[in-house]
Amino acid sequence: MKTVGSELNNQPKPLWLLAELTYKCPLQCPYCSNPVDFAKAKNELSTEDWLRVMREARAMGATQLGFSGGEPLVRRDLEELIREARRLGFYTNLITSGVGMDEERIKGFKEAGLDHIQVSFQASSEELNNFIAGTDAFKHKLEMARLVKKYGYPMVLCFVLHRQNQEQVRDILELAITLNADYVELATTQYYGWAMVNRDQLLPSREQLEQAEAIAHEYQKKMKGKMKIYYVVPDYYETRPKACMNGWGAVFLTITPDGTALPCHAAGQLPGMTFPNVRDHSIDWIWNDSPDFNKFRGFDWMKEPCRSCPERFKDFGGCRCQAYMLTGDAANTDPVCDLSPRHQVVLDAIAAAKEAAQRPVAVVKPLVFRNPQNSKRRIAEKQAGVAGTLY
Amino acid sequence: MSDEMAGDTVPEITPTFRFQWEEAQQCHVILYPEGMVKLSPSAGEILKRCDGEKTIESIIRDLKTQFPDANLDADVYKFLEVAHENGWIRAK
Ligand code: SF4
Ligand code: SF4
Repeated sequence: MKTVGSELNNQPKPLWLLAELTYKCPLQCPYCSNPVDFAKAKNELSTEDWLRVMREARAMGATQLGFSGGEPLVRRDLEELIREARRLGFYTNLITSGVGMDEERIKGFKEAGLDHIQVSFQASSEELNNFIAGTDAFKHKLEMARLVKKYGYPMVLCFVLHRQNQEQVRDILELAITLNADYVELATTQYYGWAMVNRDQLLPSREQLEQAEAIAHEYQKKMKGKMKIYYVVPDYYETRPKACMNGWGAVFLTITPDGTALPCHAAGQLPGMTFPNVRDHSIDWIWNDSPDFNKFRGFDWMKEPCRSCPERFKDFGGCRCQAYMLTGDAANTDPVCDLSPRHQVVLDAIAAAKEAAQRPVAVVKPLVFRNPQNSKRRIAEKQAGVAGTLY
Repeated sequence: MSDEMAGDTVPEITPTFRFQWEEAQQCHVILYPEGMVKLSPSAGEILKRCDGEKTIESIIRDLKTQFPDANLDADVYKFLEVAHENGWIRAK
């Protein structure tokens, strides 16, 4: 039995399927990782398309399924998708802002077999939360978090950290304790999509980070066995890159609202790639045979210094999207690595954010909120050649 | 409910975790929010029996009939301790 399966077991499998059901979202978070040109996307996949995607991915070994977006609650067929996902044996995660949810739906999801709801907060205080979310949602989120618990789901709270709320980490963790969270994710803003547009306003200082980290560790100790706290240092302050997606085409498969298959949710921006669509191809072909999923698989595509670096088996040379955004070539070493000849661009970004933080509020470039109007504006600017890069 | 994993404890899978067989991996797994732990064959055999009805003693007896050569008391207790610490199982 072992030998029959062993060959198969060496093949990478899409263990993690992220289903971005829609780009529609009632919130407007300026750190949103959705593509800046999301307003271009039309033609969402049908229920049947998603059911087929789930079946095919599951047959290939996918186990974790995330429903995200945009705001996945916008899809009226969500209950149906959950039911089928559960029947197929997926562990189903709903990644939501909580806006658009009510007790009726939480109960319905449970009956359909949903395993877990992750509610994201923008901050621990009503004022800042609502400012960042661009809508009045804080109280409703608290209510939703309580209901998640009431219906027996493991409660995972997610806070996206950046300069504007970095100093609230203690309050955030206290709020999580009050709400009886099982897991807290202190998610550092990753600079993709809208977050990249707003980087100067969002990137925290080193001092802010060290403080936040110390508090996170204090609570990790204090809450051991009761609440799991995940805290990840933003990679801009590291000297080695993150092992992005555990390697290209190794574990993660993202399907965008229009059916484009990506090795990570930010990869759509990479030039020279066509990325296959699930309307035209099977998941099997996309994962195993498509040129794009093989492009940065393994180690042969690497340039120096990664190519001969002993650490390449650990970090896979970092993030392809970050390499592209910051150096112009996706095959370069992620410039977060201090062995990269382009590491200076990261130091420059930190300096620029620091400088912006010291300027009086009135002269700082305002945050660009993620909404269809701003998206259309950026698309138009790009076509007119005004905006340099459309992240 | 005792916190210890003793002979008369009746362990069950904690409802916020999922334990299942994965065909593509050819092993049992524990699933939780955004994560998965692959289990060794023996761990899978033990957890399979944590059904909220059998005591640990009867689980061990059951395992011994299926794997008569193994001397497994200590191993079972050790693994159940770990599983309990991780929150995968609880005493019923
Ligand atoms: S990050 Fe904010 S704006 Fe983006 S999809 Fe999530 S809730 Fe909506
Ligand atoms: S040079 Fe490349 S492989 Fe080596 S540590 Fe830096 S990013 Fe990783």
